[in-house]
Amino acid sequence: MKRTGVFICHCGINIAGTVDVKKVAAELAKHPGVAHAEDYVYMCSDPGQNLIMKAIKEKKLDSVVVACCSPNLHETTFRNASKAAGLNPYRCEIANIREQCSWVHREMSKATPKAIRITRSAVERVKRNEALEAVSVPVTKRAMVIGGGIAGIQSALDLANAGFEVVLVEKSPSIGGHMSQLSETFPTLDCSQCILTPKMVEVSKHPKIKLMTYSEVQEVAGYVGNFKVKILKKPTYVDADKCTLCDECTKVCPIVVPNEFDMGLTGRRAIYIPFPQAIPATYTLDDKACPGMFDTAIACGKCADVCKPKAINFDMKPEIVEIDVGAIVVATGYDLYDKALMAEYGYGKYPDVLDGLQFERLLSASGPTRGRILRPSDKKEPKEVVFIQCVGSRDPELHWPYCSKICCMYTAKHAMLYKHHVHDGQAYVFYIDIRSGGKSYEEFVHRAVEEDGVLYLRGKVSRVFENNGKLIVWGVDTLTGKQVEIAADMVVLAMAIRPSRGTEELAKKLKIALDKDGFLAEAHPKLRPVESMTSGIFLAGAAQAPKDIPEAVGQASGASAKAIAILSQDRLFHSPTVAKVLRNLCTGCAMCVNVCPYEAISLREGKAEVNEILCEGCGTCSATCLRNAIQVKNLTPLHVQEMIKASLGG
Amino acid sequence: MAEEFEPKIMAFICKWCTSAGADLAGVSRLEYPSNVIPIQVMCSGSVSPLYVFSALSQGADGVLVSGCHPGDCHYMKGNYYARRRLALVKKLLEYIGLEPERFQMSWVSATEGVKFTQIIKDLVKELQPLGPQTKLRRN
Repeated sequence: MKRTGVFICHCGINIAGTVDVKKVAAELAKHPGVAHAEDYVYMCSDPGQNLIMKAIKEKKLDSVVVACCSPNLHETTFRNASKAAGLNPYRCEIANIREQCSWVHREMSKATPKAIRITRSAVERVKRNEALEAVSVPVTKRAMVIGGGIAGIQSALDLANAGFEVVLVEKSPSIGGHMSQLSETFPTLDCSQCILTPKMVEVSKHPKIKLMTYSEVQEVAGYVGNFKVKILKKPTYVDADKCTLCDECTKVCPIVVPNEFDMGLTGRRAIYIPFPQAIPATYTLDDKACPGMFDTAIACGKCADVCKPKAINFDMKPEIVEIDVGAIVVATGYDLYDKALMAEYGYGKYPDVLDGLQFERLLSASGPTRGRILRPSDKKEPKEVVFIQCVGSRDPELHWPYCSKICCMYTAKHAMLYKHHVHDGQAYVFYIDIRSGGKSYEEFVHRAVEEDGVLYLRGKVSRVFENNGKLIVWGVDTLTGKQVEIAADMVVLAMAIRPSRGTEELAKKLKIALDKDGFLAEAHPKLRPVESMTSGIFLAGAAQAPKDIPEAVGQASGASAKAIAILSQDRLFHSPTVAKVLRNLCTGCAMCVNVCPYEAISLREGKAEVNEILCEGCGTCSATCLRNAIQVKNLTPLHVQEMIKASLGG
Repeated sequence: MAEEFEPKIMAFICKWCTSAGADLAGVSRLEYPSNVIPIQVMCSGSVSPLYVFSALSQGADGVLVSGCHPGDCHYMKGNYYARRRLALVKKLLEYIGLEPERFQMSWVSATEGVKFTQIIKDLVKELQPLGPQTKLRRN
């Protein structure tokens, strides 16, 4: 005969207000196998836990049901209490009579019988629970950081400085991300490259960091503590160790393609270095641009001819590198929303309609104009510049409903810097609201308005079109209720921030979720903002949501701290409620092998076998098996059948 | 006035989405009828057709299986298996003459407390005019 103890929590009046807890205790005391039933005002309090522990010992209980709040809250508390009293923690189950009963019903006459049924069902379950021991696995003490922008750089440095090996994977030829393209940063007007490049150098020199640029994650298998990653290293056709950065190759290369670093405002050769401070400091031969590499089998070979150190190797092949890591930080950043979708603002049609990143390049001392603000069309200084905020953001009807968060601040910065460059120019900003929450941010916007005379107009722009060499901006000032027409020389669009291209595919490979807008989903919006739902995979930077540099850096350090909490352990414990095979029933049909989402089941000697480390205990195999030969421990078909009986019977 | 029929409903709800959604309904103090007795399973994909038949034979007037939205399964594809498998169960139950309203599937995410509430309300309303389920009931 089983000896189950049932403990019913009042949770003050949260449960006792709608559930007659005394009656639940009395009914459960009569249930077969229940040796003890009692109620108490707060089971999760120390006296409550002591009461459970005392009963386990005194009444020689072999299992425990606590009827209380959701198992998400106090399952661990009560399992630990059971363990402290000498019971296997998996012989303790929770009956959720608060969130799924007392809080959603009003009448005691209805909530009480439901609470009794839920509790009986838990008793029938726990009676059949096996004593289980957590499965323990060793931890690979190495991390992978995906994305070499500021978030990825910070995360890699934090991990490496804590003493762990880090593989930093970046898909483009250099780390630095969008921050390396920016001119100055708000609200201090620090030079972006000047504060970023020391960190880039630190990454390149750090003995614990293995930098893999021009590389992409191809496949991720495994689980927390033991991921197996395949990384595709694309060929650069240049031996970085031999390259002396003499720049002779670009002088002879005949191919010109748009320069990504300058957001297409300039061209670059097929062989190129993204920017002078690029890390690693080497050239890359873009095989999609070099006709010899993709079009015909004949490379013109001019670059190789002039390369004195013989660094160019046309025979370099893509390489798959396999690495084991214990934790992963995803910091894949953002891209701007496609401007081609904003036809009403004339992007693509008018060369002087730019996006925010292009304007950053114009402002940048290292940019195409060496920091002078000149129109791309005629290289003249624009005297009237219109900045339009929320382009594609806060627009649920046509584009994206969310706020891109950083545009209010960078637009203020753009307008301010424009005024610093062109003193007699006029800057206009069309905005919906100014959102300047952040340290010294509000003051920064005021500075733009009050000191630099930027004219803010509250309203949206309906159209931008060209007339007599001017860009005519039609908008509305909702504060005066008047229509506004501005004949501008340049228009800058604060495009919505989108997750970087490829985020969706990467998320699939990592088996992590995206939110409704396509950003990486965090495990809990308030309490677990740097974790993904997959244990061991953490999120940092704008890939999770639009955010500015300090926030991205803060989140990156947070993600690293979470990763370090895993890497600093020697072994990790995994829930033992995994599938088990009843070998005498198994016919080796392999249906379970095929449905397992984790490839945790294989056939050995004609019978299914479960890898307990890979198994997550979802039970899909169990529902598929025609003979009940594979079952999840402590939630077997027998458990469920008895729970159904207890839920419906009586 | 005759008392309205109170159907007994067995709900198999997945731990990660629907049970979390049901918890949210609780936290938000959304009221719904008490006819549903939930059993939390790890994944809708683990709900064997036998559980559905068993619930009906044990006297359930209706059965609900609810999991994560397609594409959002915590276990990646468990709910796809559930969807296919349980669609067959539904057809079979209809074939043997059970009213289709008695077996339903839904997708409720962890943030959809309101949706969970609505599903239960609708289910109870649909089952009330049908009266007790006797076709598969054994006891």
